[in-house]
Amino acid sequence: MTPLLTVGNLSVTYPTRTGIIEAVRGVSFELGRERLGIVGESGSGKSQTGRAIMGLTPPPGIVRADALSFSGVDLLAATPSTWRDMRGSRLAMILQDPKFSLNPVMTIGRQITETLRHHENVSKREARHRALEMLEAVQISDPERVFSLYPHEVSGGMGQRAMIAMMLVCGPELLIADEPTSALDVTVQLEVLGILDRLVRDKGMGLIFISHDLRLVSSFCDRVLVMYAGRIVEELATADLGGATHPYTRGLLDCTPKIGESRHPLPVLERRKEWAA
Amino acid sequence: MTDPSSPAPSTAPNESWREWLLTAEPRSRNQARLGRAYVTWRRFSENRLAVTGLLIIVALILVAFFADLLAPHSATVGDLAGARLLPPGSPGFLLGTDDQGRDILSRLLVGSRITLAVVALVAIIAAPVGLLIGTVSGFAGGYVDAVLMRITDIFLAFPKLILALAFVAALGPGIENAVIAIALTSWPPYARLARAETLGVRNSDYIAAVHLMGASPTRIVIRHIMPMCLSSLIVRVTLDMAGIILTAAGLGFLGLGAQPPLPEWGTMIASGRRFILDQWWVATMPGIAILIVSLGFNLLGDGLRDALDPRGAGR
Amino acid sequence: MTIRIENLSVTFDGFHALKSVSIAVDKGESFGLVGESGSGKSTLLRAVAGLAPVSAGTIEVNGEALLGNRRSRAFRRAVQMVFQDPYASLHPRQTVDRQLLEPLAIHGIGDGERRILKALDEVGLGSSFRFRYPHQLSGGQRQRVAIARALIVEPEILLLDEPTSALDASVQAEVLNLLEEVRGRHGLTYVMVSHDLGVVTHMCGRLAVMKSGEVVETLAATDLAGGRMVSDYSRRLMVASKGFSREVAPV
Ligand SMILES: Nc1ncnc2c1ncn2[C@@H]1O[C@H](COP(=O)(O)OP(=O)(O)OP(=O)(O)O)[C@@H](O)[C@H]1O
Ligand SMILES: Nc1ncnc2c1ncn2[C@@H]1O[C@H](COP(=O)(O)OP(=O)(O)OP(=O)(O)O)[C@@H](O)[C@H]1O
Ligand SMILES: [Mg+2]
Ligand SMILES: [Mg+2]
Repeated sequence: MTPLLTVGNLSVTYPTRTGIIEAVRGVSFELGRERLGIVGESGSGKSQTGRAIMGLTPPPGIVRADALSFSGVDLLAATPSTWRDMRGSRLAMILQDPKFSLNPVMTIGRQITETLRHHENVSKREARHRALEMLEAVQISDPERVFSLYPHEVSGGMGQRAMIAMMLVCGPELLIADEPTSALDVTVQLEVLGILDRLVRDKGMGLIFISHDLRLVSSFCDRVLVMYAGRIVEELATADLGGATHPYTRGLLDCTPKIGESRHPLPVLERRKEWAA
Repeated sequence: MTDPSSPAPSTAPNESWREWLLTAEPRSRNQARLGRAYVTWRRFSENRLAVTGLLIIVALILVAFFADLLAPHSATVGDLAGARLLPPGSPGFLLGTDDQGRDILSRLLVGSRITLAVVALVAIIAAPVGLLIGTVSGFAGGYVDAVLMRITDIFLAFPKLILALAFVAALGPGIENAVIAIALTSWPPYARLARAETLGVRNSDYIAAVHLMGASPTRIVIRHIMPMCLSSLIVRVTLDMAGIILTAAGLGFLGLGAQPPLPEWGTMIASGRRFILDQWWVATMPGIAILIVSLGFNLLGDGLRDALDPRGAGR
Repeated sequence: MTIRIENLSVTFDGFHALKSVSIAVDKGESFGLVGESGSGKSTLLRAVAGLAPVSAGTIEVNGEALLGNRRSRAFRRAVQMVFQDPYASLHPRQTVDRQLLEPLAIHGIGDGERRILKALDEVGLGSSFRFRYPHQLSGGQRQRVAIARALIVEPEILLLDEPTSALDASVQAEVLNLLEEVRGRHGLTYVMVSHDLGVVTHMCGRLAVMKSGEVVETLAATDLAGGRMVSDYSRRLMVASKGFSREVAPV
């Protein structure tokens, strides 16, 4: 079976006045219809990797890769119109910091229905119906109310779920979820993961799950890539997480506070130069 | 420079100045400010067209300032007997003369003062009024917003030139009244723009944060909301400059702006209209001047938009 | 008692975001708020700060009853808040320096230069960060700036709205250590919202569990860790915080 997504030697650079910033440096992986986790510290290039795959690298960023293809389509050669057709319907990305990505002067409901109507030929009523259904599916208890609220009127977690609903409403084949659950409480977090899990299992969606929560990733994903300074430093099956060898991964595992233990202060990571090499 | 933190002018003074400006760790507020200005300038100056626009505007300002020295002849008194309607290139009259025997070049040079004054006055009156009304309206919301925006809508409902015409007709023709009329008609789009920007930011956490610190609404609007609207406003105003010049010219053309013998460009076109077929240069020369200056402001506005865009802000 | 909230209700256009909530926080205590997303945790903090439409109930801070959304100058100085989203809580067009200077200017506190350097130092950001813009900082650095901005006026109470949920684990540890250290040094009172039970039990002595605008239970962190809770919802939270498992995943 050909993989859903192939990424070969991907790099993302930003030329700036003071030099070139290498946000992503030679990342390669393949994704089937599975759950792939990407973890790593802030600024390690997780989001930039996701954005590059989606063709959303902001200028003046430059994307280079030996291979970048999505179910047979060469993304490097994709035209703007190919992108428009694919993005949102076949390929979707839940962006980090939802309040930033939602339009502040448009209601949540309108944003979801417009996404839907842009890609599918559905009536207004049908779109509204499906949007409400989707909001309900992401565990929003009062979808009718949230439908007509503006982004600043919803809580952090509701905004994040609205964003998820918007991305799932067209039923994509590949979903890149950039910290989709960081603002959700644990029970809702699990419900949302449950939805994503079912989409992978039943609909055969491919999922890239970007997160800094190693605990969550290890319990949810099949494989994990650990990124540091723009590179993949370790690739693990989640079952073997305990056997991680890279000191950064070990440090990450170590510095989260856990219920029922008392470590004051918490251990912090001593970052080493050679990790970035 | 007496600043002690400035580098000694060593082997490559230019290099060390740049380093001092671009340093990631400025040592004082002023250094940081200068560094930022420098980065913005660099971004602006990379854009050839924008620099062309800037040069045109600078040239306009210089010409307006030194018009008396530059103009070879009087702008208002002509040689009716010996130099009527001479074509461009005639000895002594580079761009020809008009029906009163006045040198067109001199009239254009002196007229640049009027153009510049109109543009500056309108910008000084209309932009702050629009900014204030828009931000207050957007921030206060409720009644204040409804009332201010209805007023704005009323102004917006009429084409600018028609409204300006109505004002001038009421105030009486003349260049001062034309300026007032144009200013009165140009603020509504700025108010709309500022209000839209304000709505986007007023519920954000960073505004809530200053509110929490105890800042008064006046302080929030002036120090925190207005800066967010400023760059798009500046860009919009420069882009509108061309329109303002044309409106002023339009009023002049209709005889409601500057009165003869003032060498206002629009008025000059109007009076050249009668000989457009035989003595084309009389109307064409001021037309070209308007075109060049409008183009200058447009290019400048475009360049500013790119240079002031926060997303491109240098790291 | 530093903060006493009794029967507080908050209503947004007919929607009851808080329904008769009561909590009390002692001076020098660190109090946690956990619970469902949308249950009104942020709203509770915002109500104390005077940013939410209170429809009933009383809020008392340092013995002074707060009326409506008016707050005294002294209150504005004594109570500071750190917001949930570090990407949204700093003004995008102002340098770190400007943002730290603003509270000093508002409260007419002199000696800005020294205080700014000290505040930056306190949150572990050197003076090299002083003239940067927010977009030149990472999420963790932004949150530190937000904390520095709150600390610079020497408050007594800090309202922390999920101060680390947008940060990665290693930075989270640094920010949590910083918060603990600052509290120890200045004897501050914290009210801290978090959805991570590990974080809350690490940072707080007592906590309230919230669900749909109500407090379902108030208990000591040690009781939570030891599984001694009374409400069903708290128990569900405990189970859920063990991580995702396909078996318990709701279908
Ligand atoms: N527009 C840009 N210009 C220059 N550099 C950038 C730009 N956007 C991102 N970077 C740099 O790229 C690197 C990777 O950023 P990225 O957003 O991918 O981090 P991340 O792993 O998603 O971190 P986080 O967990 O904080 O979201 C960072 O060092 C960042 O400074
Ligand atoms: N300005 C507003 N207008 C209307 N409803 C609002 C407004 N602010 C908050 N709400 C509603 O109040 C409820 C509680 O919101 P709040 O932000 O307090 O939740 P939260 O407990 O902090 O959740 P999270 O953990 O997701 O941040 C939500 O249902 C939200 O929609
Ligand atoms: Mg990211
Ligand atoms: Mg919240």
